[in-house]
Formats: sequence, C-alpha cells, structure tokens
Amino acid sequence: MPVQMPDINLVTMLPEILIAILGLVVLLKSAWGDENRGGKLVLMAIAGVAAAAAITLGSGNGSSFGGFFINDPFARAMKLLMFLATALVLFMSMAFMKRNKYDGGEYQVLTLMALLGGMIMASAGDFIVLYLGLELMSLSIYVLAAWNRDDVRSNEAGLKYFVLGSMASGFLLYGITLIYGTTGTTVFTGVATALGHGHVTSATVLGVVLVLAGLSFKVAAAPFHMWAPDVYEGAPTSVTAFMAVLPKVAAFAAIFRVLLIAFPSLHSHWNPLLQLVALFSLAVGAIAAIAQTNIKRMLAYSSIGHVGFILLGLTAHSGLGYQSVVAYLAIYIFTNVGAFAVILLLNREGVGDEVADYKGLAHKRPMVAFLMALFMFSMAGIPPLAGFMGKLYVFMAAIQSGMMALAIAGVLFSAIGAFYYLRIVKVMYFDQPAEGAFAMPLDLPARAILAVTGVIMLFWGLFPGSLLAWSAASIKVFL
Amino acid sequence: MAADLVFYFFSVIVVGAALGVIVSRNQVHSVLFLILAFFNTAGLFVLLQAEFLAALLVIVYMGAVAVLFLFVVMMLDVDFEELRRGAMQHLPMGIAVGAVLLVEFIFILNGVHVDGPAQAAGVPVTNTMAIGQLMYTRFLFPFEIASLILLVALIGAVVLTLRKRKGVKRQDISSQIARTREEAVKLVQVASGEGAKP
Repeated sequence: MPVQMPDINLVTMLPEILIAILGLVVLLKSAWGDENRGGKLVLMAIAGVAAAAAITLGSGNGSSFGGFFINDPFARAMKLLMFLATALVLFMSMAFMKRNKYDGGEYQVLTLMALLGGMIMASAGDFIVLYLGLELMSLSIYVLAAWNRDDVRSNEAGLKYFVLGSMASGFLLYGITLIYGTTGTTVFTGVATALGHGHVTSATVLGVVLVLAGLSFKVAAAPFHMWAPDVYEGAPTSVTAFMAVLPKVAAFAAIFRVLLIAFPSLHSHWNPLLQLVALFSLAVGAIAAIAQTNIKRMLAYSSIGHVGFILLGLTAHSGLGYQSVVAYLAIYIFTNVGAFAVILLLNREGVGDEVADYKGLAHKRPMVAFLMALFMFSMAGIPPLAGFMGKLYVFMAAIQSGMMALAIAGVLFSAIGAFYYLRIVKVMYFDQPAEGAFAMPLDLPARAILAVTGVIMLFWGLFPGSLLAWSAASIKVFL
Repeated sequence: MAADLVFYFFSVIVVGAALGVIVSRNQVHSVLFLILAFFNTAGLFVLLQAEFLAALLVIVYMGAVAVLFLFVVMMLDVDFEELRRGAMQHLPMGIAVGAVLLVEFIFILNGVHVDGPAQAAGVPVTNTMAIGQLMYTRFLFPFEIASLILLVALIGAVVLTLRKRKGVKRQDISSQIARTREEAVKLVQVASGEGAKP
C-alpha cells in the first residue's frame, strides 16, 4: 500500500504552532530562568498570544491535514475571543501569583495549553480532532483548578471537575463511536454527506444526543451543570475567571461546528433538545443563584443562565441567531473577566468571597464599586450596557424565528436574575463598610483590566455596530 | 457460530468483571477485576482480527496501567468504607437513572444494523502495518495533539505533587566538591587541661 500524505498546510495553522512552541519555551524558561521569572513569563506569554492573534487576523481561509483542521472566518473569530480571554486572565493572574509567592512558569504553560486545546476545538473538522482538543483544554484546566494544593476546596474543585469531566468525555466518545459506526467516517463534512443521503438510524440520533450531552457539560448548561458551582467556588479566582470564559467559547465553537456542519440534516432532532437545555439553563441560572451567599457560586449560576441565553440564540437557527451568539460570547467574556478581576482584587487578606464582604465598598472604593455595579448591570441586561445589547439580539432572533414562548421565558428569567445582580449593587452602595475593610492596594494589572473591560461594557452598549458587523461576518460560513 | 460463542464468552466475562470492579469490597480485588476485563477485551479484539490492538491492550493496559493502579491503590490510605457509606445514599437514584438509560439504549440500539466503514481496496496489509501507515500520515495531526496531552498530564502530575519542603537535608554535590581546605578546616591550639572550645 503506497503511503499517502494528507495535504499539510502548516501556514494555515501557524497560530496553533506558535502557541504550542510558546508553551514549550515558557516551560523551559521556567526551569532555567532567573529570579522573579513568574511575572516575566506572564508578559512573555501575553506577547506570544498577541502575536498569535495578529497572525490569526492576517491569515486566510484554508484547511490542513485533509479537512481535519479548518481555518475559516468563524474559527478566526472564536480564536480571537479566546486570545482576548487568555491574555486578560493571564494579566489578571499576576496578582494571584504575587500573593501566593508563586514564581514558576507551569501556571502559564497550562494556561497556554488550555488555549491551544480551545483553538484546536474551534478549528476542528473531525470528531477525533475535536475530542483531542477538548481533552487538551480540559486536562490543563483540571490541574489549574486544583492549583492551591493545600486548600481542601481547591483540591475538591480539581477532583470534581476531573471525575465529572471524564464522564462527560465518555458520553462524547460513545456518541462519536455511534456516529462513526453508522456513517463510516469521523470527518464533519463526510458525516453530513452520509446523513444527507437519508441514511439516518436511531443509533445516529443517539450519537448526536450523546455528543450534545458531552459538549453541554463543558459549557455547564443545565442539566449538566452540577459541577460548576463547586468548581467555580473552590478554584483560585484567577483560574475561575479563566474557566468561566475559555472553555465556554471553545465548546460553543465546537457545538456550532458539530451541529451546523456535521448534522445540519438532523436539525429537527437536535433543535428541540437544545431548546429544552436552554430553558433549563435559564431557569437554573435565574432561580438557583438567588440563594447563593458566595459570590463565585453566584457567578457560576449566572454563567449557567448566560449559557441559556446563548443556546436560545443558537436554537433560533437563523443568521441573526448565530450572530447574536457570537456577539453574546464576546460581551460575556469581558463582563466576566471584569467581575472576576474585582473579586480577585477584594479577596485578599481575610476578605473572602462572600457577598457580605462587599458591604459598603462604594464608601471606601467608589471607582471599584462603580465598575462592579457596571458589570452587574451589564449581566442583568440593563441598558445602556453591552449585556443589554447581547440579550436584545438573542430575543430578537428568537422572536424572528417564531419562538415566542421561549423568548418570553427568557425575558422572565432575565427579570428574576436581575434580583441577585442588583443585590450586590445594594450591598456595595447602601450597607455600611466594616472597620478597616478594603485597604488593599490597587495594582496596575487590576486597574488596566478594570479600565479596559469597563470601557468596553459602555462602548458596546452605546455603539454595538462594530461588534454586530464583526459577528455577522464571522458566521457567514454557516449560512 | 464458533466465533459467536467465543464472543459471548468474552463479553459475559467483561461485563461480569466490570461489575466486579464496582461492587467488590476490597479495592485490590477491584483492580484485579479491571485487569480481567482488560484481558477479555483483548480477546474481543483478537476476534475482530485486530491483533495489534489486542497486544497493545495486554502490554500497555494490563502490564503498565493496571499494575500502576494496583500500586496506587495499595499505597493510598483511603477509608473506602466511609466512601461507600456516602455512596449508598445516592445508590437508589443512581440505579434508577442507570436503568432508564440502559432500557433506552437497548431500545434504540436493538436491531440497528451497523454497516461499519468500507474496507479499503488494495493490497491487504497486516493491521500493525495499517495502523503505522495511517498514524503518521492521515492521523498525524491527532497524533501530535495526543503528544501535547501527554505533556500536559506530565506537567500536571509534577505541579500537583512536587513539594519543596523546608528543612530537608539535600546533597548538593557541586558545593561539596567546591569546598576548599581553608573554609572546611580550622586549626585550634588547645591549651592543656581546658579542652577544645567551640
């Protein structure tokens, strides 16, 4: 048998190669670096991510390894979001490292590897590649979640995420085997061709359901959300911020690709499921969050609710719907990174993650409190902030596609959810601060991140045109 | 017919052993059941004429992974009785969900005819050769990602377990060699009747 090499276009995968090499270089530098190398390595990683983003922006469409790897406008848009998320969170984690007296490079390496896994997921054209990208990303984040080894909750977070994540991987793999068994291929386009010939069996549908379940776990959509609150609470705050943004973008990119490229002909099978998951997520996100006293748990439930909105946009199954999903993801990243930056800023030296710890923040730190209020209002979807625009477009898409009932449910749950966001604002502005609270220094990374995310919240809320045009251009491949 | 019998023989043992992994009281027995399950899965692979995968399963999973498991289980001091007590609370719910899933899967997959991938035309090769040829050509990209996953696993294991404890006496060979006579030896004049002073 003559050996045939697939078409290998390394140029199309230059950003991935760059991030992989960057990870290895950071790893080596951390082994033989000088003193105070932690901060330098963070800056190096951020510079590398920025370079990868520049290359991604400049790269053209193409595919590599016989369709296993796809570089299209959607992949580029998703990767850009992941680069932004990773760079912001890396910058943010400098404070975390300084506080923990961590001076190594493994944290940055694992972050970069998680990013690489996410990038591979966004560019996957094949189920095997998708699965491996998912594992690369997840494995790195499991380790990051358990980073504080001496903290029981951090250990619990890592272990819980790992065990439940492995189970979700099992579901995903079982689904992939069923699809492979019934269609004879794992390449997305090949699966679509096989299914397009009317060759649909119940086993294929079961495969689709299992793949969806596995990916829903990664985005923490209800009813696959059980791990999220505990893991978000236990993991170090900078890691929580990372796992609140990167896996979501990557898994939604994968859901897009799987559903719209591999299974477009099974739309009538997966769309009702997706609607159900969206409804569950909206309900859990709005109602379960009310009872939380820990702000990280609360944000975990809030992110489940946001996933519900994003899925709502996806089920609209129209250009406007997909566009609203990409826009919502972009807004979600900045809102969450901003909110977690405030939490990271405050949860040092005794002041914990409880909502009660935010009492009277506005009296001591008016600017920080104002920004936190901004993020909370944006999450609640109050104009003129970016979060409002995200929700508005999701609802518009849902109504345009005739999903009135779901749109109304979404608005209702959004109103319920506003309660707990506003509670934080109330605690910050109308309660009296404790003696000596909020004496923490406001370091440069925190200032920079809060400024950037805050400005973007306002900018996209007032002038959403650029965001909408960008997201519309990115989803053209699916129309 | 004979192949069917052999298939059911192996399958029954695999399922039985898998149950044994979960229910046995002694965790060392669990690992041994796991090894049994691996071995019979290897038998199933042989039945599918995938002799290379069967050999891999025996060598890698039984020879290395399971034995490693055994070491870990024996070295960890975990009170499994306590864990079990906690698990018993969730047992009814777990069995209910599992039973529903099982019935659904049987219902859906019953009577499904799986075509499987078409056989590649051309000169027949042994499956070791076929895997080798595909792994480094068509599946080169997944192969590379897998190598990165292994690297992450390695880093993760070190990060989560390496502890630099203070007060541990370590041998630093280069500083030992770098010692000179001047800094290591002190000549003291000891007066008689008084002894050496520190």
